[in-house]
Amino acid sequence: MVLNHPAPTQSAPDFDAGSQVPALHITDLSKKFERRGRQVHAVRGLSMAAHRGQVTALLGANGAGKTTTLQCAQGLLRPSSGTVRLLDENPWQASPELRARVGVMLQDGGLPQAVRPMELLRHVSRLYKEPRPVNELVDLLGIEPFATTSIRRLSGGQRQRVGLAAALIGRPDVLFLDEPSAGLDPQSRQIVFDLITQLRDAGTCIILTTHLMDDAARLADYVYIVHHGSVAAQGTVADLVSAEQHAPVVMTVTLPEARARDLRERPPWQAESFRDIEWTVKDRTVTLTGELTAPQIRDITEWATLDDSVPEALSVQPRSLEDVFLEVSGSDPR
Amino acid sequence: MSTLAPAAQQSTRAASLPTRVAAQARYETVTMVRNGEQFLLLIILPILALIGLTVTDLLDSFRPDGATRLDVAVPGVLVLCVISSAFSGQGIQTGFDRRYGVLRYLSTTPLGRGGLIAGKLLAIIVVLALQYILIGGTAALMGWRPDPLAVLGSIPFLLLVAVAFTGVGMLIAGTLRAEATLAILNLVWVALAAGGGVLFPTSALPGWISWLVDLLPSAAAGELLRSCFLAGQFALLPALVLAVWAVLSWAATVKWFKWV
Repeated sequence: MVLNHPAPTQSAPDFDAGSQVPALHITDLSKKFERRGRQVHAVRGLSMAAHRGQVTALLGANGAGKTTTLQCAQGLLRPSSGTVRLLDENPWQASPELRARVGVMLQDGGLPQAVRPMELLRHVSRLYKEPRPVNELVDLLGIEPFATTSIRRLSGGQRQRVGLAAALIGRPDVLFLDEPSAGLDPQSRQIVFDLITQLRDAGTCIILTTHLMDDAARLADYVYIVHHGSVAAQGTVADLVSAEQHAPVVMTVTLPEARARDLRERPPWQAESFRDIEWTVKDRTVTLTGELTAPQIRDITEWATLDDSVPEALSVQPRSLEDVFLEVSGSDPR
Repeated sequence: MSTLAPAAQQSTRAASLPTRVAAQARYETVTMVRNGEQFLLLIILPILALIGLTVTDLLDSFRPDGATRLDVAVPGVLVLCVISSAFSGQGIQTGFDRRYGVLRYLSTTPLGRGGLIAGKLLAIIVVLALQYILIGGTAALMGWRPDPLAVLGSIPFLLLVAVAFTGVGMLIAGTLRAEATLAILNLVWVALAAGGGVLFPTSALPGWISWLVDLLPSAAAGELLRSCFLAGQFALLPALVLAVWAVLSWAATVKWFKWV
């Protein structure tokens, strides 16, 4: 093993390549399990980087390999192959010092059920030399009202807040949040999201997983869409939604009952000028996706209002993160 | 929001190893003793056993000349205490910690896996000390007058018993589901207390069964402690049996314990 090996920067995201060594750098990570006698290949050749002062999101469906990737980065799992550098150390052999600089909130909290939040937080704070004061965290996350109720009796959102407080006690440089919005009520969600943003602004490197586009769109500075254990797409949310050279839009039209036949008999999108546009028809709705030009949009609108009929719905929208996600994850028949 | 900034880059962040282990031991001890069910196993049932064996004549046939019922009962009750704390108590707690991801979470903190195990072992020793004081004190009130040397000698023996039983408990907690661990550990506690050579010497059992039971860590522990208190002797064979259980169970635990 090479000590102090600087993380390679070639494969780092290009939006700030070279400006600093990433806090987390994963190269060609692969992880296989033996589960009930079957080989499960949870992560296959995943590479990513996460930087200080940014929120990096791993976005993917359940079972895409997000949590396994996180656990390899946290030193909870040993990679089958590939390298993981966390603050320029190997997390599998993490020293107490490295663990003190990394905060972890596990997917199901990892909290003892019979203990009260206040006791747990006080206990965890004793593991650090200069912990963040427990009372400060209790205030910050609104834990006060249930600080002395045993964790077993807390709601999902309350538990998430306790888990986040525990992860923050050591004033971490790197914060891992596995599905931070799972089970959050609107109030908890607001508190947690505001805090994540503030921590980011204060210079913390935050790595979170989510299967919700909304979370990624709202929180993340950089998104990796994970599919079948590797990165299917990556970039800032803006990049992913509309790359410079393409400005894909989505147009949907729903015709009234009386004109339903026209979806099959007079479809303008089968003309030569619509060659690069993808379309799908379902019931009385047609969805067109691609670089729609103004004349094309006019053609469709004209067709939708033929004979002075009024369509039930007609919309033109930029592509959403969800469209991107479905594109990269839904195109694969596996 | 300066309070949200990460700590300064150069400073030491983790508390020292002794501080971390002591914190974990304290936390484990409090959690163990406070649980009602655990308290029953750790304190109430051993005291009831002590009183029961003293007011009835169940132990009379095992009583050497000059020894009181208490002299025969206390060593067995002390072993029962070890089984309560090292085996069922910490085993059940660890099983549920594993199920709820507490083991995983704590191993991501500066405590680490090593510190977690060390904290649990230290907690067992603390609980054991409390049990010894309570049982010894109760027995003394009832008239127990042991040889001070035997009391001193019993401490390393009880620790050996604790190491062996912790190993077996951890092996079960680290490989089976939490509910299965709970059921098995409680059942085994009852079985060993009744017929495992803990409270009653195995000579009470028919020949070939007593042979088998003698190979259990419970019977070996009972024999070791009774020899210590009643004859002032070190019983080599039971100590060897316990050592073998300790080595095998810990080797298996290291190999098969699942943290997730």
